Amino acid sequence: MELVEAIILAVLAASTPLLIAATGELVTERSGVLNLGVEGMMIVGAACGFAGAWLTGSIFIGALFGIVAGTMMSLIFALMALGLAVNQVATGLALTILGVGLSGLIGARFVGERITPAVHLSIPGLTDIPLVGRVLFGEDAFVYVSIALVVGVWWFLYRTRAGLILRACGDNHVSAHALGYPVLRIRTFAVMFGGACAGLAGAYLPLAYTPFFIPGMTAGRGWIALALVVFSSWRPGRLVVGAYLFGAVTILQLHAQGWGVGIPSQFMSALPYLATIIVLVMLSRARSGGSTAPAALGTVFVPDR
Amino acid sequence: MLSGPSEARRRGIGLVFQHFSLFDNLTVAENVALGLDGRESFKDMSARLEQVSKIYGLPLDPRREVWQLSVGERQRIEIVRALMQDPKFLILDEPTAVLTPQEADQLFIVLERLKAEGRAILYISHKLEEVKRLCDTATILRGGRKVATCNPRLETAASLARMMVGGEIREVKAASSRKTTVPRLVVNDLSLAPSEAHGVRLEHISFELKGGEILGIAGVAGNGQDELFAALSGERLAKDPGTVVIEGIAAGHLSITQRRRLGAAFVPEERLGHGTAPRMKLSENALLTGHAASGMVHRGFIDTAATLKTVDRATETFDVRKAKRDPEAASLSGGNLQKFIVGREILRNPAVLVVSQPTWGVDAGAAAVIRQALLDLATAGAAVLVTSQDLDELAEIADRIAVMFHGKLSAPLATSEASREKLGLLMGGSSLEPKEAAHAVGA
Repeated sequence: MELVEAIILAVLAASTPLLIAATGELVTERSGVLNLGVEGMMIVGAACGFAGAWLTGSIFIGALFGIVAGTMMSLIFALMALGLAVNQVATGLALTILGVGLSGLIGARFVGERITPAVHLSIPGLTDIPLVGRVLFGEDAFVYVSIALVVGVWWFLYRTRAGLILRACGDNHVSAHALGYPVLRIRTFAVMFGGACAGLAGAYLPLAYTPFFIPGMTAGRGWIALALVVFSSWRPGRLVVGAYLFGAVTILQLHAQGWGVGIPSQFMSALPYLATIIVLVMLSRARSGGSTAPAALGTVFVPDR
Repeated sequence: MLSGPSEARRRGIGLVFQHFSLFDNLTVAENVALGLDGRESFKDMSARLEQVSKIYGLPLDPRREVWQLSVGERQRIEIVRALMQDPKFLILDEPTAVLTPQEADQLFIVLERLKAEGRAILYISHKLEEVKRLCDTATILRGGRKVATCNPRLETAASLARMMVGGEIREVKAASSRKTTVPRLVVNDLSLAPSEAHGVRLEHISFELKGGEILGIAGVAGNGQDELFAALSGERLAKDPGTVVIEGIAAGHLSITQRRRLGAAFVPEERLGHGTAPRMKLSENALLTGHAASGMVHRGFIDTAATLKTVDRATETFDVRKAKRDPEAASLSGGNLQKFIVGREILRNPAVLVVSQPTWGVDAGAAAVIRQALLDLATAGAAVLVTSQDLDELAEIADRIAVMFHGKLSAPLATSEASREKLGLLMGGSSLEPKEAAHAVGA
């Protein structure tokens, strides 16, 4: 029983940064922009988030630092890919390279420092319920925020007019422009939201997951978040399933090694990616028409004046 | 001056574009909502949408996604979207370009009704009969200038055409007697599943095309013409080699290069991006289709002189106007680029020429040159297959006309027997499948 609870808690902790970052990227991609710089925005968010928390002693301010840092990074992307219509793939990759270097620079001063990690919720009576108590009522704020975020994004995309306009920009920017919508401004906001989420996801790592900062601590989570968006076929509901699945595989792989299961750990680590490919193939076969991806994804738009 | 489309909407101007501004992966209701200012709730808007579409006889299912709909239905969305704003002034740009004659008739009933309700309508069209039938005043533009304003009902189609093109169009002359020879392109029971999300399934297509003959394929866009072109050119391969026979050789499994070596040539509909690589020079574009069989490559090296010579010959023979000897394809005007592409293929002396929409968006002068070239090619003994939406064009050059509808090809009619009405009915699917035709026309 204790082991199961421990595993679930570990899975939730491992999944949360993936869910936050992927939710942001989902909104970005739904507006038609492919920002491959998630990893870079996350790692800068991690460095700045830790710096903020260490300097002020407040996890909340640390998280804010992470969000602002991720947003600033995404603004660099927006300036290049939207303002100057540079190729989005190249810009995104460059952003990641920049982010990795920048985080090393910012974080160098803080390597080896420790902070008190984010507190976990504790409600007497509820948190003590065996098995589910700590899972449901004993998490840190990031976990609850991540759930609220994905529900909010779902509501925004499918229940609000602004969400509809954002999806329209991702489906056909020429038509959206013809109907009088400011495609580039909408996309800039979507990119900024993606950056804020990536920054928060990055900040989660040194503020809640481990109480210290090490360079490169995102360890490819930004790339997994990108794969998750594809895995979810750009739907928030499936994104939750995907994020916890990916998180579970990461944790199970650790345990499998501990139990001495004779499967190479590299193979286990590769499983989520393999699952993404299989899901994509299945989705494209199951749907007879239309496209699952936002049709304008990754294409440059220059409005004529 | 208006600041943008949304201000135009606010001032009571409704727009129906020739190129639809629709979102394929959104539903009908969402598409309509995007065209409105969003002051009413989505639910109220959906209810009003059903009401408006019922009043005007433009039925739509608000929950379906656009990619599932026919072109006629898509246009209905555009019109309903414009009508939902209760416009005082409605602008329609070439609205019948993609409709069957019967669907167009339905549209005219709606337009008459809107006029009776006191709305002003600006109807942009190059179809003179429509203008004569619908409009009270016509303004004729040529080359960006207003050339005349008249009452079209008092003019003849011929007098309108003269104002439109400015002077008489060069007559296309067919050689008096064209001999048909052996079958050069034969298609036997060709069926092909669609390769794309929005594609059409080709079903049991058969025809035989002899040397010296021009077969026209009519039909509303999106009924499988593109798919047929891809199957003939080898961009998509057929499972059974015998379904496409070029010069007596089963070619269904052969690549486009191998088909070219058999003497076939292809001119796709899309000039930039399919017919030519836009940012490459004309000589390089000549090489792209000529490398297979025209001696432009020697031991893997490009014979630049030969490619340039092709450009020069096409320029001379087909009167291609361009700024310099060898410009980028994208820098040519549509008509000149089309003349170059058709010329490039004809200069290869093909036994079979498959050409799609040869004069789409081309000025009248260039269109005449291209049609004449196709006729001359047939006279010289080649088999020519022309796909076109322009019935006048087919009537002018084709010996026989067949109609594509929902991926099926009708039996070819001799051009002399192919009245507009017969073709119109076939384009609406009438004599092929009475039920579907009723859906397409009456829906």
